[in-house]
Amino acid sequence: MRKIAIAVSLSIFIAFLIATAFLIHPFGYPPSEMDDYIIENTQSETGANNAVTAVVFDYRGFDTLGEATILFTAVTGVVMLFRRKKREK
Amino acid sequence: MMSKIVRTMASLLILFVLIYGLYIIMHGHLTPGGGFQGGAVFASGIALLIVAFGSDNVHKSLKEHHLSILESGGALIFIGLAFGGLAIVFFYNFLVGSSIFGHIPPSGPNPGDIWTAGVIPFMNIAVGLKVLAGLSAILLVMALATTLMEVEE
Amino acid sequence: MTQGIPFNVPFLAVAALIGIAFYIILSQRNLIKLVMGLSILASGVNLFLITLGYREGGVAPIYTHAPAGIMVLPVPQALTLTSIVIAVACLALMLSMVIHIYRHTGSTDSEKSRIMKG
Repeated sequence: MRKIAIAVSLSIFIAFLIATAFLIHPFGYPPSEMDDYIIENTQSETGANNAVTAVVFDYRGFDTLGEATILFTAVTGVVMLFRRKKREK
Repeated sequence: MMSKIVRTMASLLILFVLIYGLYIIMHGHLTPGGGFQGGAVFASGIALLIVAFGSDNVHKSLKEHHLSILESGGALIFIGLAFGGLAIVFFYNFLVGSSIFGHIPPSGPNPGDIWTAGVIPFMNIAVGLKVLAGLSAILLVMALATTLMEVEE
Repeated sequence: MTQGIPFNVPFLAVAALIGIAFYIILSQRNLIKLVMGLSILASGVNLFLITLGYREGGVAPIYTHAPAGIMVLPVPQALTLTSIVIAVACLALMLSMVIHIYRHTGSTDSEKSRIMKG
């Protein structure tokens, strides 16, 4: 029973994935208005030579703040799970 | 604790690995890289130390307390820089055109100038400290816990 | 469609990776294999993000000693950076929880660790 349910749902899902792979834009010609603006104006607005770092820290700095918070929470969780009980002397 | 050859080569190579990680962090606005990548390279150097010398010997010099201070310091510097340009908008690059790190590069391909890009090098250093301390703390704590598991069984 | 149906090999590779990852998550009982399936899923999604931003015959979007040519899009690369760091953090947390389950119940089978049943 369980194997039939897994097989049916998995085949529907993979059919959707393969249909998406054929219906998406042709590989190598993406629609790109926002990125053309960013590539033109990176050096005059931010002063950085590296467009990827300028996007990560300047145009989309808020996402980097959220990601730093996730990293902090995960490290806190791991260190908390492996604490040792202190023995009173 | 591995053999003498491994320990000697690890103590020779650890210096180059740490310098390489800090180079990737500092030149993030000119070459591919930045805070996250440099922090990961630095943490892989700490992993080399843990494998070569054993986690008990590394724990004698590098406690979780120091790593926690480094990580919190990095997070506070990042948020402080974000609030620095609040007069216009949150996360505004307020150092472009001014005296510290404020040159503007010529358009098109050019050899890079390190004193460019405003507030981005400081943000790279802050995020690099945070990732470095976080990944080293994860590696150290998990290595210590698994050696304790072997002793109990 | 005026140009026919495109046969994109990278997007088919992404479909294969995500399909294999979902099959592993649905059908395996060992906890370590479940964690591996989640990691393959994260890799598939990162590959999808990067291949969305490729321009034909492009170079890296960096102006230091740049060769001549058009540049690929920088925004998908920035999103992939964030996604990789989040995947590493989640993987560390999941593996430490698997170590704790092994210590408490003595096995890594997900059917034997249902201690709240009944």
